[in-house]
Amino acid sequence: MTIEEVQQSIIADFSIYEDWMDKYTYLIELGNELEPIDPSYKVDQNLIRGCQSRVWLQQRLEGDHIIFEAESDALIVKGLVALLLKVFSNRTPQEILDSEPYFIDEIGLKQHLSPTRSNGLMAMVKQIKLYALAYKQISLQKK
Amino acid sequence: MSFNYQDIRKDFPILDQKVNKHQWVYFDNAATAQRPVQVIEKIREFSVKTNSNIHRGTHFHAIKTTEAYENARDIVRDFIHAGERKEIIFTHGTTESINLVARSFCEKYLSEGDEILVTEMEHHANIVPWQMACERHGATLKYVPFDDKGELQSDLLSLLITDRTKLFAVTHVANTLGTINPIRELIRVAHSRNVPVLVDGAQSVPHITIDVQDLDCDFFVFSGHKIYGPTGIGILYGKRKWLDAMPPFLGGGEMIDRVTFEKTTYNELPHKFEAGTPHYVGAIALGTAIQYVLQVGLDPIASYEHHLLNYATEKMKALGDMQIFGESPQKTGVICFQLGQIHPFDLGTLLDQLGIAVRTGRLCADPVMDHFGISAMTRASFAFYNTIEEIDSFIAALTRIRTMF
Repeated sequence: MTIEEVQQSIIADFSIYEDWMDKYTYLIELGNELEPIDPSYKVDQNLIRGCQSRVWLQQRLEGDHIIFEAESDALIVKGLVALLLKVFSNRTPQEILDSEPYFIDEIGLKQHLSPTRSNGLMAMVKQIKLYALAYKQISLQKK
Repeated sequence: MSFNYQDIRKDFPILDQKVNKHQWVYFDNAATAQRPVQVIEKIREFSVKTNSNIHRGTHFHAIKTTEAYENARDIVRDFIHAGERKEIIFTHGTTESINLVARSFCEKYLSEGDEILVTEMEHHANIVPWQMACERHGATLKYVPFDDKGELQSDLLSLLITDRTKLFAVTHVANTLGTINPIRELIRVAHSRNVPVLVDGAQSVPHITIDVQDLDCDFFVFSGHKIYGPTGIGILYGKRKWLDAMPPFLGGGEMIDRVTFEKTTYNELPHKFEAGTPHYVGAIALGTAIQYVLQVGLDPIASYEHHLLNYATEKMKALGDMQIFGESPQKTGVICFQLGQIHPFDLGTLLDQLGIAVRTGRLCADPVMDHFGISAMTRASFAFYNTIEEIDSFIAALTRIRTMF
């Protein structure tokens, strides 16, 4: 699926829940299902610090795709992390740079990407984009 | 309980609203408190009826505003039973008050090899300014630890004080643990070793009667917005002997006597430490807030809040799988807790969905988090306009949320 298709399917999945608590229950389920990352990756250099919760982001290049793995110590954030990985992981740098995670707003959880320092989610999106930019530059320089 | 909280709540119109379709329950009073209409009206009065800069004019409204401002200073002096009005400095809050002392007192009295003593349960505002002062002067910062119940290990105080200790800064009530420290006794110990004491009263002033002369503290600080006043205003009380000896903090208008490019001389107290146009509306409104609190009565307030604390603690413990951080027998209405394995961010987010406001995170107290080896906490903190019914809603919410994990 393209990034666009993934975002649309996430929005569709959430639209069946009208009640807020049900949306959060679903997010918590997603968070619980997310594969934990290798403990060796839960190091300070992978930590995207937020005052309210911590997010660890690990990445590697496979061919011309970036594979992201991530985790959080807060379950709701972990659920959102799982969704962000569905959207952004295993993509080319250009695909990542060309997309915004608008699904978060569409499913009504925009407050979790607000620019306050309250959680690492906004910083995680920013970091993903920075990795994409870095890999793009590297591949341009190689040519 | 003769305390009529239903009438009290009418004085706080902001409480009557829905958040996320639920009746708003405001349990974040340790972060900031709400304002009664009397305070709101006073603020309005000083935009609609009277407003002019203070100490700077001889016209009608300038005099009226100045009188109101200086009257507020007298209200504060009386409230904490300070000896003189010159010992009451208006600042922008607790943090600024502490920074003022950390800068000004340390400039005069702190030298290389000296020590400043704080405690492990301090808010960052009562740690970082001292750290910065120590860095500037080549001094060392030390701290008195607390135990797992959240009580200060007071017997270590006399061991930690050395002949290089220049000041002891301690919180009256900890914003995380809710612990009320035995400051009269701590001050006595420090004074027996010639160490002056700064008391952070931000969390105590709304709940406990303060008498700075009886306590004999050298400095006492607090914020207006935690005692039902506006933000942007706070108090530094300092014993005359210290404030007279300390150099000015901020330079500018008002704090001067005479300015030339060769030399400037400074104004006397309290103006020496009140550079620039102050938040005079804030100061005047703070006076009104204090008068409101005194009218309700600090004793009934403390007694009622204690009732809320006990009720909430008992109900929370009955939920099971509940860890409470800070179980000193002497506490104000502050409960920091961990429910099962639920991360505070998750808990706070879901409580918010049910209209309940609590605080989550590190609560500006990293050392407290480190003490318990955790990354974050959830905190519920009460004021005298909270109710048993609200606590019941909170318990029901916790019960419901727990089933989601």
